[in-house]
Amino acid sequence: MSAFAAPLTSLVLATAEEGGHAVEAFSDGGWVAQGAWLIPLVPMVAAFAIVFFGKRSPLQGWGIAVGTLGFVALYGVVLFVMNLGSGITYQGAVEVAEIGTLGGQPLVIEWGWMVDGLSIMMYFIIGVVGLAVFVYSRGYMEGDVRYTWFFASFTLFAGGMLVLVSAPNLLQLIVGWELVGVSSWLLIGHYWEDHANSSAAIKAFLTNKVGDAALFIGVIIVAVSVGSFRFTDVMDVIAEGGGDSALAKVAFWAGLALFIGAMGKSAQFPLHVWLPDAMAGPTPVSSLMHAATMVTAGVYLIGRMFPLYAVEGFADEVRSIIIVIGALTLLLTGLIALVQDDIKRVLAYSTLSQLGYMMVAMGAGAYTAGLFHLFTHAFFKGLLFLGAGSVIHAVASNNMSAMGGLRRFMPHTHWTFVVGSLALAGIFPLAGFWSKDEILAATQFAGSDASGFTVTQGGAGLANFVLVAALFGAFVTAFYMTRCVYLTFYGEYKGEGHPHESPKVMTYPLIGLAAGSVVAGFLNMPGLTDFFTDGLGARFFAGFRNLEHHAEALDLPLALIGTAVAVGGFLVGRALWAGDADTQQARDRFSIPVLYPLLRRKYFIDDFYMDGVIRPIRGPVARAVEWFNGHVLDLIVNGAGYLARLMARAVYWFDQNGVDGVINAMGLTAGAGGGVLRLTQTGRVQQYAVMIFAGVVLLVAGFVVF
Amino acid sequence: MTVAQFLVLAAALFSLGVYGVLTRRNAVLVLLSVELMLAGVNVNLIAFDRFVGDGIAGGQVFSLFVITVAAAEVGIGLAIVLLIFRNRRNANVDELDLMRL
Repeated sequence: MSAFAAPLTSLVLATAEEGGHAVEAFSDGGWVAQGAWLIPLVPMVAAFAIVFFGKRSPLQGWGIAVGTLGFVALYGVVLFVMNLGSGITYQGAVEVAEIGTLGGQPLVIEWGWMVDGLSIMMYFIIGVVGLAVFVYSRGYMEGDVRYTWFFASFTLFAGGMLVLVSAPNLLQLIVGWELVGVSSWLLIGHYWEDHANSSAAIKAFLTNKVGDAALFIGVIIVAVSVGSFRFTDVMDVIAEGGGDSALAKVAFWAGLALFIGAMGKSAQFPLHVWLPDAMAGPTPVSSLMHAATMVTAGVYLIGRMFPLYAVEGFADEVRSIIIVIGALTLLLTGLIALVQDDIKRVLAYSTLSQLGYMMVAMGAGAYTAGLFHLFTHAFFKGLLFLGAGSVIHAVASNNMSAMGGLRRFMPHTHWTFVVGSLALAGIFPLAGFWSKDEILAATQFAGSDASGFTVTQGGAGLANFVLVAALFGAFVTAFYMTRCVYLTFYGEYKGEGHPHESPKVMTYPLIGLAAGSVVAGFLNMPGLTDFFTDGLGARFFAGFRNLEHHAEALDLPLALIGTAVAVGGFLVGRALWAGDADTQQARDRFSIPVLYPLLRRKYFIDDFYMDGVIRPIRGPVARAVEWFNGHVLDLIVNGAGYLARLMARAVYWFDQNGVDGVINAMGLTAGAGGGVLRLTQTGRVQQYAVMIFAGVVLLVAGFVVF
Repeated sequence: MTVAQFLVLAAALFSLGVYGVLTRRNAVLVLLSVELMLAGVNVNLIAFDRFVGDGIAGGQVFSLFVITVAAAEVGIGLAIVLLIFRNRRNANVDELDLMRL
């Protein structure tokens, strides 16, 4: 792998022309891949353009934003189609700075763009789902006080996300990671007039920072042990095999730290608490950031570093932790979704649960399965959030207790929402069926390496536990989505006013995403189509053979069990909530002692963080800071003030007595001298003449004498 | 005749002039006394030119200069005196203290 960094001074385009790099059997993508640096750059520029010119542009900034996303979507679709034809692997880079040397090798900071299966998939999702969400936002955000600013921050998010997924090195990944973090903060707190919303934004930001700290540690460990930030260099070290390299010795800790970073962004238990609160933001934000793209950044990171977790001798043992965390997340958060009244929170907990599935797949070593679920989930969860937004737009409330019977008023929203729900529940033949089935099939590899060899203790037991957890999770998913659909669209309308179908600018994106939710799964039907596996295979670490598990053929018994479980969840939910409208609400509060309060209070995790972590730390820390402020800082400040006063007093005395004394003395001398000399100025000519003669006489006398 | 005799005459004239300048109240008489002092100086110049002359009659030339300048000076002086008298009906030197301002 040759270095193709060029000095910053050379033009980016010139670099791109030289930067091609082809692995055998893959194309370098030609000029399309060389120009891919435009993908993150255009939204970044557009975000600032909207800030400065948005209000003066004819569509208040919406036009710029949608144009930008249209460009990204077009680029993503072109790359996606090209990648299906022949795998693309390309990476361009521009050297930004050199920050010293490490083991004789210069450590270089680069800005680059990656065009391979994984990043193309992300470009595609961000572009296509993002375009739908941006179009939809025009209707949803209409009349908002910060309409233009919303699109500026949303476009900034798209740019940050594209920086993240186009990053060919860990440092640029962090830049994108933090950019999406800050735009997430901006957008969750979009309605900041309500204090709860800005608190939610801060909570999301701080919870993410816990993960980010670990991410930084992981990046530092990897960069120092490898001597480069570049993914390809890390992969080269891993490809050489474990045991002796510096990376292998610290790989466990590096992998763990990177995973904790991913846990923060992908909201894995126990760092999941920020995501439900993040629903305080506008619904399009929840759809694109907190369901389709941003929260999948953690899964993306694990996918990007996948060989680190897959190759024996490196961080393969971390996979056991990943799979357990993923299983806990999908199980625990799915249950909370059952007791939520806020429709967006139901979907938020559902998102957490699905992110858990993705992590389970990653932990099981099923790279394709995890990323395929990320791919399909982006469509149907983006769709569900937009549908929820359409409902909220109509009834002006987030609570399902104020909805009901909406299928008569909002037919398009209704049928698209049902399609999304079926896809999420994993009903054949919609997208969720294929991706969830892949994950279920992958769980059998939990705790084993690529050749099926058990690498961690209790491998088989772990696999069984995870499989049961995933199946139960599928049941719960169908259960809560059934509840959500029935409470929202069936029964009698319980809210106020007359709801109406949303405008076309909102329903067309719903229909588009519904179509995506139906067909996305056909990209990877085991044994029938393998576009997705092949597309993702086009990677820089294509040198690794048989690195991951993916199903060669449909595992029919497992697929049947999965479907049966989902249908079972639907039937139980239907029995509970499809009844007449009067008892619908009563049955919703199914009061199972212990479990219901436990779920309502979200397992007391938020309370634990608040009372167990934040308050105990905040109290003493606040007191210590107060004492330090009162005793040390004030002492220093008062001392400085006292000293300044003393010095000022001395200066004042010197000024009054020394400087003024000299000036006054000069004045007085001149005055007194003038008073004396004034007497000689009589104006009498003869007296002057006397003085002149006297002077002459004195002079003559002087000359004579001397 | 010795130079001393001329010098005594010149000193006497000069002293008379000084006396007149310092004591006379009338401005015209003060100017007249100034002329006496200049006459004493002229006598000195002529006498020294005669006894220790430089051969080109420098003393005589200078005394001619002095007479010319004195004439001009008296012309201006009398004009001033005349104007003062016109304004104040009085030309007494000891009552003129306008120079103090």
